[in-house]
Amino acid sequence: MAWIKRHLISFAAIAVLVYMLVPNVVVAAFSFNDPKGKYNYNFNEFSAAAWTNPCGAQGICESLGLSLQIGVIASLTATVLGTMIAFALGRYRFRGRSATNLLIFMPMATPEVVMGSSLLTLFLMLGVPSGRTAILIAHIMFCVSFVVVAVKARVATLDPKLEEAAADLGANPTQTFLRVTLPLAAPGIAAGALLAFSLSFDDYIITNFNASPSSITFPMYVWGASARGVPVQVYVIGTVMFVLTLVVVMTGQLISSRRNRQVA
Amino acid sequence: MSKQQGKGDLGLVALTKSFATFTAVHPLDLVVPQGSFFALLGPSGCGKTTTLRMIAGLEEPTSGRIRIGDSDITDTKAYQRNVNTVFQSYALFPHMSVLDNVMFGLRRRGDKDAKAKAKEVLELVQLEQVASKKPTQLSGGMQQRVALARALVNRPDVLLLDEPLGALDLKLRRQMQIELKRIQQEVGLTFIHVTHDQEEAMTMADSIAVMNAGRLEQLGDPATLYEQPRSTFVANFLGQSNLLRATVNPGGTDHVVTVRAHDTDLEVSREHLPEGVRDVWLGVRPEKLRLGEGGGPNQLRGIVRDVSFSGVATQYSVQMPWGQELIVVQQNDGTARAVLGETVTVSWAAQHGFALDASQDAEAGAELVDDHG
Repeated sequence: MAWIKRHLISFAAIAVLVYMLVPNVVVAAFSFNDPKGKYNYNFNEFSAAAWTNPCGAQGICESLGLSLQIGVIASLTATVLGTMIAFALGRYRFRGRSATNLLIFMPMATPEVVMGSSLLTLFLMLGVPSGRTAILIAHIMFCVSFVVVAVKARVATLDPKLEEAAADLGANPTQTFLRVTLPLAAPGIAAGALLAFSLSFDDYIITNFNASPSSITFPMYVWGASARGVPVQVYVIGTVMFVLTLVVVMTGQLISSRRNRQVA
Repeated sequence: MSKQQGKGDLGLVALTKSFATFTAVHPLDLVVPQGSFFALLGPSGCGKTTTLRMIAGLEEPTSGRIRIGDSDITDTKAYQRNVNTVFQSYALFPHMSVLDNVMFGLRRRGDKDAKAKAKEVLELVQLEQVASKKPTQLSGGMQQRVALARALVNRPDVLLLDEPLGALDLKLRRQMQIELKRIQQEVGLTFIHVTHDQEEAMTMADSIAVMNAGRLEQLGDPATLYEQPRSTFVANFLGQSNLLRATVNPGGTDHVVTVRAHDTDLEVSREHLPEGVRDVWLGVRPEKLRLGEGGGPNQLRGIVRDVSFSGVATQYSVQMPWGQELIVVQQNDGTARAVLGETVTVSWAAQHGFALDASQDAEAGAELVDDHG
């Protein structure tokens, strides 16, 4: 009884983990299924067919490619813009600063349906055709907010005395930025970039509003396919994405824990 | 402002800094001789740190010039000046090793021997064994020495120290004072040390500039400042002073002048009296006062109101008939001690007194001393 009491937190943690991970395990398991009929809902027979031919379903790899492309361009652009905005907001006092601070939060607070539909209206009025460009603009817009928040938190903890010290030691403004400011802000910038990529890659609602028949992203493909029966390849790509994310996160944890151990 | 400035001397000419609502530094003229250990001493907010930041190039002067030797550096940027700072918070780069921190300045100048020079300086501050560690892994005292090494290694024309010992505990601070002085003598660079700690300034510096409310109060070597303060602020900020209200009597000899304080004629050296003043504060340091008759005319009688024994000395508070209490510090040298309530005679030699213009506030600077550690 005492033993159970002592390990209550561990039990709770394990239960939560199981709850969160079971869907992923199911996806991984069913990526090895050879379904009877068009629905991949019952495990029929083990098969690695989908793994050896991940592009086997029509249009799947085109949509994946488009999502990756949009994700990379949107997150890179948003990271550059967001980092600059974060430094401006964190370091300088200027007119319109508090207004900018407020507006930066808006895309995070607005329901996606509202944002998606109002963007569509805006694009129609401006004559921007639906499709890849419209999606990119929309993604960069909401990703910037998240990057700003991540980087600003980091900038706030940077001691401005460090930049003074660099200048004092003979570093010109460019050298100071590259050798002192940027390396110190890097964890925040990296976190912002990763967040931006996953938000862009994952987005369905805003994308759907502004997409054209020739710009089907991966989430749109999966949604469309679910009506007619999701191909096993979707499970394969889902599993790969999950494993990749896990590797990235664990590597990050490992690096930071090693750094902490050095410090301690 | 001396006319012939040495080739490596730092010269400030009418240096001024005004902010929107107040003037932090009123026109300041100062020459810091090359190779000297110079202290800028004053309470917080007196403008000493602003002065330091202007020399470093981190703050732009409102007017005035800054010179090192013959070259005018006023309009150069911080990174173009051969001046380095040891910051109060150390400001070590947390993402670099100790060695990389120390090499930072040399690398910016493309020094080929950066590593060898950095290691040499780390040896000087006795930190060669932690060269590969990160600054956050070190203790406060060690970080302080890294900050010093990082500045020293560039062999600057002037090395600025902004309250560098402020964050250390008392014991470590004493140790670092000795260490800093040793290093300064060893490398022979000009050190400008900003501090609010009068004891620290007096122990370390060759000369001290006392600042108050953005102005230079007095400049001199520690002994002169202590023995012959020229203002009540200096008299109170550097150590304790007993100040008696007095009026100068006409006449006197070449060496001695008599002043009348509370119906008693007292003597003071003529050289310790500012010229052309009639109303003065007659000042005497507590350790210059003796219990018992000294043989001279400088004698006052009072009642002992407080006795505190501290081992090496005893401090008495002696109340005068007009109510003022004089502080007397008597060395524990075997002479008889007074007891509470006893009526005693307090005496001092004429050359141990100093006179200050009575138009000043007798309390100036006194309340500031206890504010700081």
